[in-house]
Amino acid sequence: MKPVAFDYERPRTLNAACALLASEDLLAKPLAGGQSLGPMLNMRLVQPDLLVDITRIPELWRVEEDKSVVVEIGACITHAAIEDGCVPGVTGGILASVAGGIAYRAVRNRGTIGGSLAHADPAADWVACLAALGAEVVLHGPAGQRTLPLGGFVVGALEVALEAGEVLEAVRVPILSPNARWGFYKFCRKTGEFAEAIGAVVHDPDRGVARAVIGATHSRPIVLEEASVIFGTAASGGRGSFDRNAASELMKAAGLDPDPYFFQVHLVALERAVDQL
Amino acid sequence: MSAKSLEMKINGAPVSAQVEPRQHLADFLRETRLLTGTHLGCEQGVCGACTLLVDGKPVRSCITFAVACDGAEVQTIEGLDDDDIMKALRAAFSAEHALQCGYCTPGMLITARDIVLRLPDADAPRIRVELSGNLCRCTGYVGIVRAVERVLAARRGRESDGAIRGSAATVGEA
Repeated sequence: MKPVAFDYERPRTLNAACALLASEDLLAKPLAGGQSLGPMLNMRLVQPDLLVDITRIPELWRVEEDKSVVVEIGACITHAAIEDGCVPGVTGGILASVAGGIAYRAVRNRGTIGGSLAHADPAADWVACLAALGAEVVLHGPAGQRTLPLGGFVVGALEVALEAGEVLEAVRVPILSPNARWGFYKFCRKTGEFAEAIGAVVHDPDRGVARAVIGATHSRPIVLEEASVIFGTAASGGRGSFDRNAASELMKAAGLDPDPYFFQVHLVALERAVDQL
Repeated sequence: MSAKSLEMKINGAPVSAQVEPRQHLADFLRETRLLTGTHLGCEQGVCGACTLLVDGKPVRSCITFAVACDGAEVQTIEGLDDDDIMKALRAAFSAEHALQCGYCTPGMLITARDIVLRLPDADAPRIRVELSGNLCRCTGYVGIVRAVERVLAARRGRESDGAIRGSAATVGEA
């Protein structure tokens, strides 16, 4: 249970980190909180030549509102900081609630939002929650900065669209209207473990958003951009009006694994998320 | 793979060392500082036995590399002998039979102290959720939950003493 020997660098700027990660001769991995990478290193599932610790780069610690439309969260912001309310407003409310359910406080104290997204475990909370919020990621690389929708970034299980030398710099989360409603439900057999199924829904009529996400799939989450049909009257306070048949059809059409247990547990997670609207 | 220099405070004392980057914080403390109160159970961040404080916050020292803690202040269970909350927790753990073999206890105490400080109003279900990242294979957790409840109740009693005089009389000293 000891990692292979690796080198370690701790750059102070994004450009320096990108330069270290761009090497074609070495397997270099960025290290933030290390709460996913750490176990994989200990089990030697990852055997890097170099770890690039990005936690001392000041830009990665920002939380900034952009014209009251988007809040930009630096990649090194920890789950615990989000749980404790470092993002304001309704958007901060959903983020804090989801953050508080990730693993355990000792993990949340080091684990970061950027690290979780870049690791892209399908069962991770942020992958589903941020997809439901319609978030984007900001990537910094040798060619400068680019922005991708989350759906274009998380391309599969543990697979993201980072090019050589690129670092996930920040997550851009649209700010919800004051009237927005949301729901997030995950099935875990034990508190704090990775989810078996996740349902996440965001209903923000003022911004024309009625999105549902089925998470903890075998790959990237299934995003239903127009999910009003399954909300029924839930969005206006009519609890228990989840349209099971409509949801099943949409989930089948989206290609969710039809295994009876797998399908059912995801359907019920979605139902319970809708019930929270 | 070159060793890296590391400076940190361990239980209040400044320490300089050369470390291999792959050495995690728990091995560094146990093997080079002989601070064996930090226990290693799973070495994959699941069991919680290795939980200690880095800059005042509980972290898993088996998935935290020592080199990444350069400049940090580390407190292990050995460094909390004189901490008031830890004294109260130790007494409560004894009174409530919150340990048997003791392997999980250092991590349990660090987590319990965090609950007491951060969540003064936690009830038993909340304490269970917060403790869910620390595994105990002896006690069945009942005694541990009661011990944390006992310390929280005593502190609440002390705070409201005067408003509701004597309300803490049944929960004992902590």
